[in-house]
Amino acid sequence: MKDRITETGAKNRLDRFDFTGETAVRVEGVDLYYGDFQALKKIDMTVKKHEITAMIGPSGCGKSTLLKTLNRMNDLVEGCRVEGKITVGGRDIYAKDTDLSALRKNVGMVFQKPNPFPMSVYDNVAYAPRTFGVKKKDLLDEIVERSLKQAAMWDELKDRLKKSALGLSGGQQQRLCIARALSVRPQVLLMDEPTSALDPISTGKIEELCEELKQDVTIVIVTHNMQQAARISDKTGFFLLGELIEFGETEEMFTSPKRPETERYITGRFG
Amino acid sequence: MTTRKYLDEELGELHSRLTKMCGITESMINDSVRALKTLDRTLGASVSETDKEVDELELEIEKKCMRLLLRQQPVAKDLIKVTTALKVITDIERIGDQAADVGEIVRQFPNEELIREPERIQRMGDLAAAMIHQSVEAFLNENRGGADMVIRADDEMDALFLAVKEDLVKLMAADSKTADQAVMLLMIAKYLEKIGDYAVNVSEWAKYLVTGVHKEYQ
Repeated sequence: MKDRITETGAKNRLDRFDFTGETAVRVEGVDLYYGDFQALKKIDMTVKKHEITAMIGPSGCGKSTLLKTLNRMNDLVEGCRVEGKITVGGRDIYAKDTDLSALRKNVGMVFQKPNPFPMSVYDNVAYAPRTFGVKKKDLLDEIVERSLKQAAMWDELKDRLKKSALGLSGGQQQRLCIARALSVRPQVLLMDEPTSALDPISTGKIEELCEELKQDVTIVIVTHNMQQAARISDKTGFFLLGELIEFGETEEMFTSPKRPETERYITGRFG
Repeated sequence: MTTRKYLDEELGELHSRLTKMCGITESMINDSVRALKTLDRTLGASVSETDKEVDELELEIEKKCMRLLLRQQPVAKDLIKVTTALKVITDIERIGDQAADVGEIVRQFPNEELIREPERIQRMGDLAAAMIHQSVEAFLNENRGGADMVIRADDEMDALFLAVKEDLVKLMAADSKTADQAVMLLMIAKYLEKIGDYAVNVSEWAKYLVTGVHKEYQ
């Protein structure tokens, strides 16, 4: 903990989150509306620490919407209203006094399309720590090296740190975005279809990376690829029309789903 | 960063579980035949007990294969390895059953001297243990030559069984009092001969792994 505080200089903001328990994220009776349209209906879900939780379901089922509620990205959507309770690290993130930058530091996010900043590899990874007040060069060097190592790309990039991140391949850019998210040592990493724009080899690398990362972070991933959910997740949630139809152990869900809707979807019979 | 690290790890684990299952059945065969030679009924009974371990391993490996298929979604050679492993464990489990049956017969053996020194049966037991060892080794290491050797060794096994059978039939014809023991010895020989057949099955799967062609499908 001390290490994290030193790196970011954000002590006061951080000590409100407590990740010592077994649960990283708890979603309780959450309804979400975009204006009059109800996109999520009474969602209950618990994300355990150091697990990979996958959310699957057809387009428009609400899985990405739920993902975005976990670091309040939906705040940016006009007319979006959230009811119910979401706790991250034991803290109600929709409470009035929630510090959004502290929340998003604890809950990092990786998007569908790699989105490196138009700057060097080094500056991409150092961006967030600098925002949190880290100025010392040797400390920034340390953070960049640690983050790139965590994202399994230090060896590839250590000699290209000053080169533009835009010159990297799509797969490398996406792993750089993961390294960038890791730079502030988040406790939870949200991934919104992180491999849908990548080739199979890059996809495989990111999946293996997720396996490695779960020792340090809790991962929630939205994926259209059911095989991917089966490959990498510990728990899976199946969403349909804004409802969480089934949630449980991935192996159980993919071998003996309890609900017929889940069975039909994962066997490719609808959706 | 190597891809499919976890698939390779899981396949390695599958190999080690198969090796363990094979090792246990080999010991069961050796123990059951030793129990017969020394008429050690306790040892015979313990072979039957050990069979539970083999049954548990079969279930464990079956689950592991299911998990591998679901989690790692293997294709090409990897897929064939996992699906044939599922076939192979069925054969090894049956071998465990046969060895347990030999142990059970020894446990029930009458309290009298053997009507015949079981040299040939001993040879059958040694051969059965060697065949199962080599067939699993051939499967794990994709060793076609080793698989062919097991298939050829089964001819010797069949010949030994016929020789044991003829000998016991003669004994029974000469002295009907030997019938009880002769039938028991004949059953033991038959079980060992069947073990040879299962080892041949495993070898056929080993060859399939190498060549992509199974005898039965030709």
